[in-house]
Amino acid sequence: MNINILAFGIAKDIFGSPVIELELTNNATVSNIKYLLEQRYPRLKQLSSYMIAVNNEYALPEDTIHHHDEVAVIPPVSGG
Amino acid sequence: MNTEIKILDTPLDVAGCIDWVMSPDAGGIDVFVGTVRNATKGKPVVRLEFEAYEPMAIKELEKITQQSFAKWPLIRVLVHHRIGILSVGEVPVVIAVSAAHRDAAFDACRYIIDTLKQTVPIWKKEIFEDGEVWVAAHP
Repeated sequence: MNINILAFGIAKDIFGSPVIELELTNNATVSNIKYLLEQRYPRLKQLSSYMIAVNNEYALPEDTIHHHDEVAVIPPVSGG
Repeated sequence: MNTEIKILDTPLDVAGCIDWVMSPDAGGIDVFVGTVRNATKGKPVVRLEFEAYEPMAIKELEKITQQSFAKWPLIRVLVHHRIGILSVGEVPVVIAVSAAHRDAAFDACRYIIDTLKQTVPIWKKEIFEDGEVWVAAHP
């Protein structure tokens, strides 16, 4: 399945776009997404940390992704 | 309604925020006003740019305000966060808390801004004369 990945902050700069498409196998997990993203965008590995959000909630590495999920890359936040 | 959370791309109205949390049963209001500082580690800052993942930021702020009501006897809580381009001296965030007694208002206000900075998906880019940096992105 193809999933759109939203990007914010420095992740948007690294991707060169606010949204990219990633091809995933069925039952792919958040860990799988991070691995694939880091293969394609090695600069992600230089960040202090980053999280994946699924449907507007921080996701755990073992969470699985479904076809209509909204997935986003959350680099270190710095609001306030 | 005892909570107001907004992400705005227009200047924040600090006096209006204070008015919103006022209540006849409040004994005090605590307000945190964030302002854009003119330098970072001695380096002059030209401006800041804020960006939010809005639906998630609202959701995370709702969690923080709900936790505050669970932890302290509060009356009203307001969080306004601005996004877009801000100059030195402008206000990116206002947190206002009213309570019957001041301890709860002080503690909750500090908890909300500290937790906001850790969990809410909002990002700040500092623009210097010779470049720009996403704050906290790199070790």
